[in-house]
Amino acid sequence: MDATVAFFYDLIPALSNLPDWLSYTIIGAVLTVGAFLFIAVFALIGIWLERKISGHMQDRLGPMEVGGWHGWAQTIADTVKLLVKEDIIPEKADKFLFKFAPFIMFTASMAAFAALPWSARFIPANLNVGLLYILSVSSLVVIGILMGGWASNNKWSLYGAMRSAAQMISYEIPVALSLIVALLLTGSMDMQEIVRGQAGGIFNWNIFGYFPLLFIAFIIYFIASLAEVNRTPFDLPEAESELVAGFMTEYSGMRWAFFMLAEYANMFVVSAISTTVFLGGWQPIAPFLDFIPGPFWFLGKALFLVLIQMWLRWTLPRLRVDQLMYTTWKVLTPFSFALILLVSFIKVL
Amino acid sequence: MSKSNLPPTQFELEISDDLKTEEMTLSMGPQHPSTHGVLQVILKTDGEIIKSAEPVIGYLHRCFEKHAENVTYHQVIPYTDRLDYIASMNNNLGYAIGLERMMNLEVNERAEYLRVIVAELNRIASHLIALGTYGLDIGAFTPFLYVFRDRELILDLFEELCGARLLYNYIWVGGVAYDAPQGWIDKVKEFTDYFEPKIKEYNDILTFNKIFIERTANVGVIPPEVGINYGVSGPSLRGSGVNFDLRKDAPYSIYDRFDFDVCIGKGEMGTVGDTWDRYWVRVAEMFESVKIIRQACDAIPEGDAKETVPRNIKVPPGDYYMATETPRGELGYYIISDGGKNPNRVKVRSPAYSNLSVLPAIAPGVMIADLVAIIGSLDIVLGEIDR
Repeated sequence: MDATVAFFYDLIPALSNLPDWLSYTIIGAVLTVGAFLFIAVFALIGIWLERKISGHMQDRLGPMEVGGWHGWAQTIADTVKLLVKEDIIPEKADKFLFKFAPFIMFTASMAAFAALPWSARFIPANLNVGLLYILSVSSLVVIGILMGGWASNNKWSLYGAMRSAAQMISYEIPVALSLIVALLLTGSMDMQEIVRGQAGGIFNWNIFGYFPLLFIAFIIYFIASLAEVNRTPFDLPEAESELVAGFMTEYSGMRWAFFMLAEYANMFVVSAISTTVFLGGWQPIAPFLDFIPGPFWFLGKALFLVLIQMWLRWTLPRLRVDQLMYTTWKVLTPFSFALILLVSFIKVL
Repeated sequence: MSKSNLPPTQFELEISDDLKTEEMTLSMGPQHPSTHGVLQVILKTDGEIIKSAEPVIGYLHRCFEKHAENVTYHQVIPYTDRLDYIASMNNNLGYAIGLERMMNLEVNERAEYLRVIVAELNRIASHLIALGTYGLDIGAFTPFLYVFRDRELILDLFEELCGARLLYNYIWVGGVAYDAPQGWIDKVKEFTDYFEPKIKEYNDILTFNKIFIERTANVGVIPPEVGINYGVSGPSLRGSGVNFDLRKDAPYSIYDRFDFDVCIGKGEMGTVGDTWDRYWVRVAEMFESVKIIRQACDAIPEGDAKETVPRNIKVPPGDYYMATETPRGELGYYIISDGGKNPNRVKVRSPAYSNLSVLPAIAPGVMIADLVAIIGSLDIVLGEIDR
């Protein structure tokens, strides 16, 4: 927390005159609200963007009416609608778990924002095991999904929840293993350390380390992370043509919106992780572009990956459950193990 | 999971005896996104694996037969529109030809050509929907909108021809309702030139997509003898490699004058008769339909298409069964006449109904996701099943 606190003291010198407990609380509150606002705004823009992108990919326009310019206010209008919608809880649902599930899911994705490095100086919580922390909190998401699916007391929801549990637990393995490949190169779990190790232009980024070994690790991570966030072609937990809406079937109004929000937040988190670990985080593409601030690069790279996720979603069909399991256990996991062996071997030499 | 003695996509769970398990009964539909309407399927599942699937139909029953008994022969035609609302032209055609054969009515040449053109255009439109919704079932959303973009052009052509976009009431006994407006034939030709390259676009995005092939090949195999026993017809039967197309085997209208091939499934991606084959037959049939339309547009004579449409329909007493090839298969009209103004009875042999009946035979052992793929590949229209 020290770096962050110092950052805030620099920004607002008056804070340092306050007692420690007060200034720490203020900074914590500001960061939390900031992260929440970022997620909310990102989801608003992300959903609008996804609609426009899918629209143009599909020879149509997407939203055009609300707000005037290319329907920019469409998601805002939708949010207002969701906020004032009737809150329906199925009669036979487990009411407590049903209400609780969206918040678990949202909290898990929001907690990951604490350890994302936005620039050389700004990281909400500079943990020395930042990567491990993000991996662990983001796997809490599955508990939210499982809870929601179980509590809905609906067989389709249950199917969605079971699929999701199997899928996310399986895919966490290749996710972690492919990140380990990069960690072997960096030698640290500290997010800032990882980024600092990739200074000096695009060819020093981890993705080009031991070319093409780390590149393959990046691809493995990207595929596995798609499954982690339930995006096509791995959107089985909410497969709308099979399971109606999977674990979200019985949800409506704001609770549903929270699931949606968490989904978009997760999309950003996994992209931010690959940005940090493989694509040089806040480092510019070339050293002479240093004058452009770090958050621009960080956000730009992460959004680029989000864009690819959207692109894939509107292009590919969906896998079947057994094919999904085949992909992770027989393809991704062995390959990432092989990569770990190869990279450590080269490193020892 | 063991795969012994089963096709590679059918599974059996191995459960030890001391483990207490239960089958889950699952009601899929009538409000399910991929049952293509208001079909209900009662599933017994063991995990994701289906033990049995029972289709429940009747949610869209509209008493077609009773209506047909109480209206005049001409007034039945709009009701035939509403059977298979995706391919109304083909529905009109079968009924009209049946009556013409009972009445020994000669139909004007130009009307015959117009009938073939609209029937084949409608076949393309119907297969396009089959393609698009099948993509949706597998989880690909984008092809759905591509096919609707092109189907729209066909609907525009129909709108120009008869004013309606879905339920045409165009093919009448003895001819057609309206002659083609000036320049319409050229527009149809333009459309065929535009459309043929577009099929390649669908193939690129969907047909030969690796994931799509993985999901559809070897899934829901209908062996030819099973298909025949259950009365499956149309692309669903041809997908199993059976060469049966009423346009060739029992030519009606002027289909014997055109040069086209019957497309059958060859098992290119997996087993003969799997869902990919059924899908591919539809894609290939669109090429054939384009071929027929081109030939018809070139050969269509001048004249008055309404010349032979009689004012009053007097059908001699008797009965006749007229089967035609619609996009879904053999659509049969069994028409009984007692010589009066109204038909005594019009019984419909609906292809989608028979095609759906094969579902309980091929569903056990597949996963829920595959069941969706199978229902989609049978290309059912509930309006025709329930009538």
